[in-house]
Amino acid sequence: MLILTCPCCGVSGEETEFHGGGEAHLTREGPGADDAALEGYLFHRENPRGVHFERWRHVYGCGKWFHAARDTATLEVFGVYPAQTTSPPEDLLAVIREKRPGWTWRGLS
Amino acid sequence: MSTRLTKGGRRIDRSQPVTFRFNGRTLRGYRGDTLASALLANDQMMMGRSFKYHRPRGVVASGAEEPNALMGIGQGGRFEPNQRATQQEVFEGLEAESQNHWPSLAFDVGEVNAALSRFLPAGFYYKTFLWPRAFWKHVYEPVIRQSAGLGKAPKDRDADTYEHYYHFTDVLVIGGGLAGLAAARAAASGGARVTLLEQSAHWGGRAPTDDDATDQVEALVADLSKMDHVTMRLRCMGAGVYDHGYVLGYERLTDHLADKTGPRHRLWRIRAAQIITATGAIERPLSFAGNDVPGVTLASAVRDYLADYCVSVGDRTVVVTNNDDAYLTALALDRAGLSVPAIIDARQEGGGDLAEAARARGIRVLTGHAVAKVTGRTRVTGVKLARQTGEGAVIEDIACDAVAMSGGWSPVVHLWSHCGGKLNWDDAEAMFRPDATRPPTGADGEGFVTCAGAADGVFAPGEILQAGAAAGLRAAGATGHPGQMPDLAGPSERPLRRANPLEPVWLMPASATRALRAKTWLDYQNDVKVTDVQLAAQEGFESVEHAKRYTTLGMATDQGKLSNINGLAILSGALDTPIPQVGTTTFRPPFTPISMGAIAGEARAETFQPLRRSPLHDWHAAHGADFEPVGAWRRPYAYVRPGEDRHSATAREITQTRAALGLLDASTLGKIIVKGPDAGRFMDMLYTNMMSTLKPGRCRYGLMCSENGFLMDDGVVARWDEETFLCHTTTGGADRIHAHMEEWLQTEWWDWKVWTVNATEQYAQIAVVGPKARIVLEKLGAEGVEGEAFPFMSFQNHRLAGIDSRVYRISFSGELSYEIAVPAGQGLALWQALLDAGAEFGVMPYGTEALHVMRAEKGFIMIGDETDGTIIPQDLGLDWAISKKKDDYIGKRAQQREDMARSDRWKLVGLKTLDGSVLPEGAYAVAPGHNANGQRNVQGRVTSTYHSPTLERGIAMGLVLNGPNRMGETVEFDTLEGGTVPARIVDPVVFDKAGEKQNV
Amino acid sequence: MFDPAQAHDTGVAITTSAPGMITLRGALEDTAFKAAVEEVSGLTVPEPREIVQSGEHRLAWMGPDEALLILPRDALCDTLAALETALKGHHALVADMSDARRLFHLTGPDAALRDTLARLCPVDMRAFQLGEIRRTRLAQIAAAFWMGEEGRLNLICFRSVAQYAEDLLSDAAGKGVVLH
Repeated sequence: MLILTCPCCGVSGEETEFHGGGEAHLTREGPGADDAALEGYLFHRENPRGVHFERWRHVYGCGKWFHAARDTATLEVFGVYPAQTTSPPEDLLAVIREKRPGWTWRGLS
Repeated sequence: MSTRLTKGGRRIDRSQPVTFRFNGRTLRGYRGDTLASALLANDQMMMGRSFKYHRPRGVVASGAEEPNALMGIGQGGRFEPNQRATQQEVFEGLEAESQNHWPSLAFDVGEVNAALSRFLPAGFYYKTFLWPRAFWKHVYEPVIRQSAGLGKAPKDRDADTYEHYYHFTDVLVIGGGLAGLAAARAAASGGARVTLLEQSAHWGGRAPTDDDATDQVEALVADLSKMDHVTMRLRCMGAGVYDHGYVLGYERLTDHLADKTGPRHRLWRIRAAQIITATGAIERPLSFAGNDVPGVTLASAVRDYLADYCVSVGDRTVVVTNNDDAYLTALALDRAGLSVPAIIDARQEGGGDLAEAARARGIRVLTGHAVAKVTGRTRVTGVKLARQTGEGAVIEDIACDAVAMSGGWSPVVHLWSHCGGKLNWDDAEAMFRPDATRPPTGADGEGFVTCAGAADGVFAPGEILQAGAAAGLRAAGATGHPGQMPDLAGPSERPLRRANPLEPVWLMPASATRALRAKTWLDYQNDVKVTDVQLAAQEGFESVEHAKRYTTLGMATDQGKLSNINGLAILSGALDTPIPQVGTTTFRPPFTPISMGAIAGEARAETFQPLRRSPLHDWHAAHGADFEPVGAWRRPYAYVRPGEDRHSATAREITQTRAALGLLDASTLGKIIVKGPDAGRFMDMLYTNMMSTLKPGRCRYGLMCSENGFLMDDGVVARWDEETFLCHTTTGGADRIHAHMEEWLQTEWWDWKVWTVNATEQYAQIAVVGPKARIVLEKLGAEGVEGEAFPFMSFQNHRLAGIDSRVYRISFSGELSYEIAVPAGQGLALWQALLDAGAEFGVMPYGTEALHVMRAEKGFIMIGDETDGTIIPQDLGLDWAISKKKDDYIGKRAQQREDMARSDRWKLVGLKTLDGSVLPEGAYAVAPGHNANGQRNVQGRVTSTYHSPTLERGIAMGLVLNGPNRMGETVEFDTLEGGTVPARIVDPVVFDKAGEKQNV
Repeated sequence: MFDPAQAHDTGVAITTSAPGMITLRGALEDTAFKAAVEEVSGLTVPEPREIVQSGEHRLAWMGPDEALLILPRDALCDTLAALETALKGHHALVADMSDARRLFHLTGPDAALRDTLARLCPVDMRAFQLGEIRRTRLAQIAAAFWMGEEGRLNLICFRSVAQYAEDLLSDAAGKGVVLH
């Protein structure tokens, strides 16, 4: 059972305090989007063995959403960062590059 | 025979005799005895029968690894099966019964299975009961069920309580032997919070018996006990190690006591920054024919029974071994004055100094020899001696009544492995040991488990102390609490310790004949023999995981603690593949079974799950409410009066509401406040309708869809003021919809200025429904509520019965209706005032079933009935609630998908049976022909179906292929009885289509 | 289920009270918002996970944009009105939530109080500080608790599950102290 640290309130809590929200940094496709874009938005998800970016909500705590970068195989948590962003922060990416040389995730590496 | 010797016994208190019962017989033991030691002291060697062949079985071990001596302990609400007699401490009045026999332990009918054993090989059940197929349900399954299962399930409600306990520690040490004590002592030296768990009732592990280290153990325990930051628990097993340093500890609080006051078990939910597993090692049996006959015991267990309880397993004990340790047993027995007719050592070279000592005491030592076979049925009567090399030609019969065997030691690597710690095969010692370079890793990517002592394959006491302390220091350092190496006085130097190396012996004799192998047990608890594993390999079950499941090796409650390595070695031999390549099966928690009660903790009876109660709950309960679950809420289904059933109560409630006046507790409906300069914009995205144009003071019914386009919730929105909306949601939807709103605001439109508050619990909301609703409101003090002064779909603030109220004129029944919201604490007062004021009209509270019927009569949809997560508003004829003007709303793009515009979607219609009957719930409308699976084609289904007391017939709604275009057509719906019932497709609104009752 | 027959005398008493409770939504770091709240409440807007107290008034940090003002019932109406006035023109939401929650008070020996919650909440109760507020999970429901002083622990949960919470707390409090 994971421990996550909520960047919004600073609590390091066990997984049961949180709610997983799936893949991070999806771009919403609304009216005007073509079928392929809509399909990607609604249904296509990364399923990596290794580095992954996820959304979590501190549902039993401050109620806030945030992002976490995590290794799905080892469960190492590389870092957490605010929900209000469309891409992971550069310093976190540097940490991941250091720890997992050669990793890729969508357009990131 | 097995018996209690006259003096000694480290753990027993001879001044405190204890009486207990075993299979109805009253026996005596001493305080400190385990059930196993006390039974042995009473010459009760046979303690159970095996699972498959019902062979007589005696105790083989002295601790958690015991496979045979499983007992039903306790009675009635305190009965629990499959408890290990080796861990159960005796207490005054203990009740125990052995398992797997009928009618009695001594005489058992099921033993016929043993005679048939050659016809019951591995995979027998899989192979035999396949055909004919029809036999499975009525013949095979009932018969197999009779014989399946280990022990009896308890029948009574559990009389005990249990608890969880969340515990946080820097360093957790699992195992209170010499290594664990040293680790804890060192870890605590720098101030780290240290927790030490020991599954047995005693500190020190094997050290007092095998290493004469009682003084060291006592000194360490005394030191640790003085430290405030050290938590020590006996009878508390480290059950499992999980991700990020999560550990379950299983503490047995009253299992050893006659007084059962207080929680029986405590489940420790521990978070540890660092974990040291000092879990020791388990001695392996040797594989020779008849190694399951009662009296064949692990050599270490024989020593334990002698040293700890002063109990001899037998009068004449043959020791058989492949390593030096078993000589300790022979020496201990000899010193106690018991006979050791021979030590049979499979090694050609024999043992080291201990062997010399044995010879010096006149014990006969045979090297390069083997047990060909044990004789005896319910008790060992002797062994047949053979050379280890060879097929087992008998050289000599040796009479004895016990056999002490040692096949070497397996480190307990379970907890190391639970969370991914890797193992290496140590060829020299013939054991798997932890690979310190590949530990389980935690949240920071660093290892968080260290193995110490025998669990790490270290057996010399001096080394164990040092290794344990080093592990403790390292772990504490990793948590930011560096300490100093404590002064650990080693156990007094043992005089005799030049040992000869162990020699792996996986089969005894090495080339034993098939007849011998077929009587050579690997897994006692699941009755798996050497020949079974060899057969599995021969039949192609080459993966260790497959072989395990095919043979059931290691699948019983002991999870193969004794059998896995021996079985693996046999498989390795049969496959001609080295052991490390064959690999181990996965070690899964818990280490030994833990009770269901401990897992449930506080979650039982009233606190099994939280029930949500409306502010009026107690009133409902006191007035005949027959509650039904709606999500976590309990809502009155109907208020059943004496002489009524649910059905007639519902009919009465509806009739009276439509005729005069009814009250509904609508407090459970979700009430979410949405406020801010961008609230209108946000509402337009949330709902399919246009909400931003709603005038303050007005209400609008709205639909919410998911981004997939499917309908997820509905409800009435009220605009409190220019910047503030109140969103009513369904009862089950409040939390979900509030979370949905917050998700969009926090993660997509975070620059929008909108705040939300889920105010569901703040209000009691009461629906006043029926032709007399307005008069009652006026009676309570409302003014200016006539006609257009208070129009439909608006709200006003009124002071009713002295309570500040917000009154919404909305209707879910088709009647004149007001929903009155007041602070929850005032709900009962308002409810009572409404009852009083409505008394002259025969006011009646009504329940959810009346609510459902009345809404169905009006053709209103219900989320969860008409919707199932695949329904779009357009399917329900709700196109009018979808704004054509808005560029966007959540789900809009998805609703433009080709599939959503398909002309053959099932759409909502009313259904009227030709005979007036009530359609079965969920019934399908059948269509001509059959599909590819041979099932009848379908063209629709019933979504809501009720008896309408208003129309005095069945009414229903359903989704039907092209439904709205087929008005007047008759379709057939299947019934549970197998036939069909015809129903006409009609308008879903079957009552007051013009809305005359509501618009008054 | 709480069984008095099984309870140890742990000296923990459980009571409830029904003060006024006002939920404030607004950017807590915003100076104008802060000033308005401080003006009306007479309390400093708390730091993350902090609860501040002055007399009968308490102000709790519930999230980066949420605070809870706890005050005597008889001050509720005036304070709601004063907050609405003070926050006019600010992007803020003031909601009376006095009846939405139940407030429990547990009094007794410190170790017994901490162990009561250690049975129910995944929180390091031995490290829990005075003046700290923790929103977390109490068995299967959401709850928040704080200790303003030694020997008194306060806990809020939603009204509809108050009976469940009371059963849980009574049961856990009756089971005694695990770690002295």
